[in-house]
Amino acid sequence: MATGRGAIARLVGRRLLRTGAVLLLVGFGVSFLINLTPGDPAFALLGDQATGEQIAAVHQQLHLDDPFLSRYWSWMIGIAHGDFGTSYLTGEPVLTAIAARLPVTGELVLLALGAALAIAVPVGVLTAHRADGRVDRAWSVASSGLISTPPFVLALGLVYLLALRVGGFPATGWVPAADGLGANLHHAVLPAATLALALVPTYSRMLRADMITTLQEDYILAARSRGLPVRRILFRHALRPSSFSLVTLTGISIGQLISGAVVVEVLFALPGVGQLIVTSVTAKDVPVVQGVVMFLAVVYCAATAVTDVAYGYLDPRVRIRPA
Amino acid sequence: MTTTTPAPDGGATGAAPDSTGAGRPGGTAETRQSAVTGTGETGERGETGETGARRRPGLPRGLRGLSRWLALGWIALVVAAAVVADLLPLRPYGAIVPGVGTRTAPRWAAEFLGTDAIGRSVASRVVYGARESLLVGVGSAALAMAAGLVTGIVAGYFRRWVDAAISLVLDALLAVPALVLLLAVAAVGRRGTVTIVLGLAVVGMPSFARLARASTLAIVDRPYVDAARVLGTGPWRILRREVLPAVLLRLSPFAFVFMAFAVVAEASLSFLGLGVPPPAPSWGGMINDGRPYLDGDPYLVFIPALCVFLTVASFTVVGDHARRRFDSRASGLR
Repeated sequence: MATGRGAIARLVGRRLLRTGAVLLLVGFGVSFLINLTPGDPAFALLGDQATGEQIAAVHQQLHLDDPFLSRYWSWMIGIAHGDFGTSYLTGEPVLTAIAARLPVTGELVLLALGAALAIAVPVGVLTAHRADGRVDRAWSVASSGLISTPPFVLALGLVYLLALRVGGFPATGWVPAADGLGANLHHAVLPAATLALALVPTYSRMLRADMITTLQEDYILAARSRGLPVRRILFRHALRPSSFSLVTLTGISIGQLISGAVVVEVLFALPGVGQLIVTSVTAKDVPVVQGVVMFLAVVYCAATAVTDVAYGYLDPRVRIRPA
Repeated sequence: MTTTTPAPDGGATGAAPDSTGAGRPGGTAETRQSAVTGTGETGERGETGETGARRRPGLPRGLRGLSRWLALGWIALVVAAAVVADLLPLRPYGAIVPGVGTRTAPRWAAEFLGTDAIGRSVASRVVYGARESLLVGVGSAALAMAAGLVTGIVAGYFRRWVDAAISLVLDALLAVPALVLLLAVAAVGRRGTVTIVLGLAVVGMPSFARLARASTLAIVDRPYVDAARVLGTGPWRILRREVLPAVLLRLSPFAFVFMAFAVVAEASLSFLGLGVPPPAPSWGGMINDGRPYLDGDPYLVFIPALCVFLTVASFTVVGDHARRRFDSRASGLR
């Protein structure tokens, strides 16, 4: 029943332990991946025309002849030292390849997250305030449609409307922020909008549901009877206690964003991490696939762990009675 | 989806699902769900949690019934098309339509959904593509559900270290974003339907297992399970005879939602060029093939896209309805 700092520290400690165990297991699965290739993995990498020497060289390079557990362990040790493996095709370290592409994916994800929240919070508050009203119903139908639209269909629809019919936005390509922020953002609009629109319905529905519950609390009635303006009640009094689930959801939806980014990057020809994994899957460059999967798992685990801890700060009840 | 699982954040107030542990199960299952697609209607969590205190938003009752019938009708149409595709008077999906140029726009007379970039019949490819989508959807849902049921029930019934071990493995599977996990499976497998089905089963298993575990936790304390135990029934028989049927019923609505996810995931994978190898048709592959002609011949993209959209929406509507039907909490029994 400890309160405050001690409980938070224990919460963080337990969370870290769990995350570590999960990542060890993910690493296990990821390094086992190469054993799942049908036949000799070297053939999958080299094709059927490989000579015996080439195969021996690949075996040497990927430690294919070592027992699985020792391969796993040395691979994990490598990860812990920041060595995510080396591309079989280009010889480039995987971490370097990721680092070169991370700014694109990172910018995309952050822009999408920001845009999604900027749209979903007002919409969620409004639909909760006038629940069952006309706006609420219209949005409910619209968001159902949006939820059923796969990201790549959404993206193609946006490209067709905004890039080809109306014009004004580039359909493909990327300009690094270093070459001009304006051009960079201009190229990022459509991909980021695609990712954001996929998130908005879930966000706004979650906020609406929690907000409706909050608005039935007594203190809202009290605020209302004091004659406070509705806007102030909604955004100052009701928003924060209604936002806990939304915060959790935001953290977890990093996974959805990463998945979406893979598709969107290929579609808009953006040089991001998603593009990297798709090209290496196509080329059967298994070491890169392994490295990127592991890297994304680390990112995702870190994101959820941070949200869980942030939750403790937002909601004092968690601090008193940690789950 | 959390609503099918009574355990996690079951407070009727919907207040503070403790995010640290208990709140995650449903939450992550949903998000895994929505990971690629946005199919998870995470937002409904609290909504249905408020035991009938409020009506659901959206369409009035009659219209919602209509949308349900439309959804069922579309699913029936897709199933029928997939099953009897060989009997329909269609052109072979791989052959070039004689006498009609490439990229002929849809017209009733010549070729009613038009021809694609090589001159093949779009109508035929859409119908055979339905077969691929459905095969992947049903196959992966069945596999994921079977695997998830077994692991989830075992974890929920035996608890202790079995539960801890299984939960850890599920967490590890959920720690990789859905499409990325699918890509990882695609990287090592042979290209084809079998790999996609297996990959999707791996992706979906943890969500089913979490739901099954939560349902099991809610069921094992019921008197009839105690009664069976007191009568000296062995644990495996209890699991099979008492727990499994109840959990299965609670899980079945999620199977529809998962199929919606699977259809999108299959289309995404084909769209990325990693689905069934050509010339076999799939909706995602058709969208990808039509992409260069988006400006001049948008129908090449939007006909298969519409099929994906309608199928996903239908599965979601049906799953949503089934969930409300089967949700014992909403019926006040809990």
